[in-house]
Amino acid sequence: MKVRMVYFAWVRERIGKGSEDLELPADVTTVGELIAHLATLGEEYEGALSVPSVIRAAIDEEHADHDEAIGNAREIALFPPMTGG
Amino acid sequence: MTARATSSDHPAPVTVRIQADDFSIADEIAALTKDRGDIGAVVSFTGLCRDEGGKLSALELEHYPGMAERAIRTIAEQAVTRFSLTGITAIHRHGAIAPGGNIVAVVAAAPHRQAAFDGAAFLMDYLKTDAPFWKKEHLAGGGTGEWVSAKDADDAAKARWRRS
Repeated sequence: MKVRMVYFAWVRERIGKGSEDLELPADVTTVGELIAHLATLGEEYEGALSVPSVIRAAIDEEHADHDEAIGNAREIALFPPMTGG
Repeated sequence: MTARATSSDHPAPVTVRIQADDFSIADEIAALTKDRGDIGAVVSFTGLCRDEGGKLSALELEHYPGMAERAIRTIAEQAVTRFSLTGITAIHRHGAIAPGGNIVAVVAAAPHRQAAFDGAAFLMDYLKTDAPFWKKEHLAGGGTGEWVSAKDADDAAKARWRRS
């Protein structure tokens, strides 16, 4: 399955890009599995995602927990805890 | 004399804007209360950039376009329903903002003051933890500093609105 990944703040800086299109293996079905998969793609990904519990995610612009199914997501965002306001 | 509109004539307007430009809190209050006779209370909150004791030259606000507006609108609509507001406006800026500059504004209107206070506080407490914005420090001595860390206190502030 092909999905658009977008990254923000220090996740974006450590991975070294703001977005990319990725082909996901069939056994990646949840947000948590996606994060674990990404961490195997290279040391920049490993550095960005070394503490998965702090990584927040959104599926098609809606907040998503790590156990949430990816389904037919078009766009998945990964980012640190938010600090607006 | 024209009859004043009552709350039953109006859906409560929810206005959300994500913008680089500055805003005027006075203009936003005026827009929310214009031609309304049913509003008895308006509470506004403005969040500004601090220099953290002279350490910072600016904060850089990064956001997730699309989701930022959507997330704040969801919270604002919840605030209108929960506190029976007559209207609410939320504006969040992005880009580099110097100390003293405006970052965020919330204006909540209601027939009575407690709902307006609560609506504004509720929206801000949820916005802090749920709206996709991130702050990066720019240092007074030049160069960039750290990404601002999320605070446990902000999670606690949000948790107080949970219904038991």
